[in-house]
Amino acid sequence: MPGAIYAEGLVKTFGDVRALDGVDLDVPEGTVLGLLGPNGAGKTTTVRCLTTLLRPDSGKAVVAGIDVLRHPNEVRRSIGLSGQFAAVDEYLTGRENLQMVGRLYQMRARAAKARAQELLEQFNLADAADRPAKTYSGGMRRRLDLAAALVVSPPVMFMDEPTTGLDPRNRQQLWEVIKQLVSGGTTLLLTTQYLEEADHLAHEIAVVDHGRVIARGTSDQLKARTGGERVEVVVHDREDIAAASEVLRGFGKGDTTVEQHTRRLTVPVTGGAKLLAEVIRELDGRGIEIDDIGLRRPTLDDVFLSLTGHVAEEKPEEAAK
Amino acid sequence: MSAVTDALRVAPTANPVIQSFRDSMVVAKRNLIRMSRIPEMIIYGLIQPIMFVVLFTYVFGGSMQIGGSTSATDYKNFLMAGIFAQTVTFATASSGAGIADDMHKGLIDRFRSLPMARGAVLTGRTLADLVQTALTLVVLAVVALLVGWRVGSNGDTNVGKVLGAFGLLLLLGYAFTWIGALIGMSVRTPEAATSSGLIWLFPVTFISNAFVDTSHMTPWLRHIAEWNPFSATAQACRVLFANPGQSQSDAWPMQHPVWASLIYSALILLIFRTLAVRKYRRAAG
Repeated sequence: MPGAIYAEGLVKTFGDVRALDGVDLDVPEGTVLGLLGPNGAGKTTTVRCLTTLLRPDSGKAVVAGIDVLRHPNEVRRSIGLSGQFAAVDEYLTGRENLQMVGRLYQMRARAAKARAQELLEQFNLADAADRPAKTYSGGMRRRLDLAAALVVSPPVMFMDEPTTGLDPRNRQQLWEVIKQLVSGGTTLLLTTQYLEEADHLAHEIAVVDHGRVIARGTSDQLKARTGGERVEVVVHDREDIAAASEVLRGFGKGDTTVEQHTRRLTVPVTGGAKLLAEVIRELDGRGIEIDDIGLRRPTLDDVFLSLTGHVAEEKPEEAAK
Repeated sequence: MSAVTDALRVAPTANPVIQSFRDSMVVAKRNLIRMSRIPEMIIYGLIQPIMFVVLFTYVFGGSMQIGGSTSATDYKNFLMAGIFAQTVTFATASSGAGIADDMHKGLIDRFRSLPMARGAVLTGRTLADLVQTALTLVVLAVVALLVGWRVGSNGDTNVGKVLGAFGLLLLLGYAFTWIGALIGMSVRTPEAATSSGLIWLFPVTFISNAFVDTSHMTPWLRHIAEWNPFSATAQACRVLFANPGQSQSDAWPMQHPVWASLIYSALILLIFRTLAVRKYRRAAG
């Protein structure tokens, strides 16, 4: 049985740009899929196709058991969308925004009013409820936007880069809100450029690049694909880089990468903490002074690099589109 | 919250017409709240027509010939129907700018992802503009009375006819806001919507009977003016207000201005509403 969000071969072109080049997704009910990729990879276009905002050129999409292309309006009743930019009316108060959205979800006036109050309290906006949204801080606007997406407690949620542009404290707060939401059984598709965010929130991660899903799996599975642990050393003196590199070569299971300006050397290893102790002894024995040393599990940044051959950075020429 | 309580919160699927109406009213309310929080927009919207009333009355008043009369009082009484008609059509620009602005903000994605009637975003905006137009007309009518405009200055009229004239003006204004809606859907920026919403209005409102007696125009221009939808409403208002300077032309719209005004407005409304809503649906994919 297909999951709460299912897509098969989604293709969408804008002029001669192939924004989606056959995206396949399957998100089981009650789980979180993190759609991870750089700007311009096709994350937003995927979300727009699944939320009825864009019609794909070809492919199939089913959300909450409803065919997106055939019954878009039924799909709209079952989803909540929180976008990259807070989609609230800045001249309306928080309360007015939520009531309006409730009414447009076809709620009765009284129910919309009660639900708005509930959400304002839940999202810590009760004190600001009757101020126009333009007086809100960035974090408050995002919370209001998320609250608007939750007015009918939809079974399926889409969040397009929910924390982009937020400071770390607000990001943490929003993560907590999202975790709570998911623990209530909501199926969530979340796009992000923050590898840490996908690691933190998603059960499964799909890595997208150039309009295709290039890898999928749990965070651990993806990390395993990059070849496990690494030892990272920062030497104190630039002159010691060559000597340290030689030491690491003896322990490593692959090539040593050297960043000259930060005096940082990295090498893939197996053997864990025991091996680390040996490396330290050996470096010490040769009189190489070190500023930092550690055993690092691979980050999703490494995953992305090993999968795509480039780091997950912005591609401004595509992001502008 | 369980799915069962959600089902109770959401009203049963209504008849599409009722849903469309209800959604339009929700969006209209949103736009009216916005307008009340940006009062300078309403004030700027009032300054221009008031300036026209004052300038035309006092600058042109003594030198215009209306129906063979050069009396400033006759021109004043002639002028107001034209100014009223011009004012209601200028709502086109603000409507277009508002819709263009909405289309380029994140909020439109929210609207499109909601199970609401597809035309409601546009209908709600045009209804809010209609309310603003009505308010503007009231203020303008008071200013007109203050500078000496009087209904019944050229025959008999009654309250019903005067209200009827204002009804025709509002209908014309409402029809024109749909032209604005289409412009707003077609341009990239609100600024472009404002300027492209206004530019064509000048020839449309000036090549008409709004400010001058068309009988002095070159014949080809006069024909355009007499068949101009805008002239039909101005003429209808003069007839209903019993104000001087009514066109004596044989052209059908000048002979049957009330009908002509109704038909023109209904046609404009129908055509441009269809085009604008279709464009919205397309954009919504």
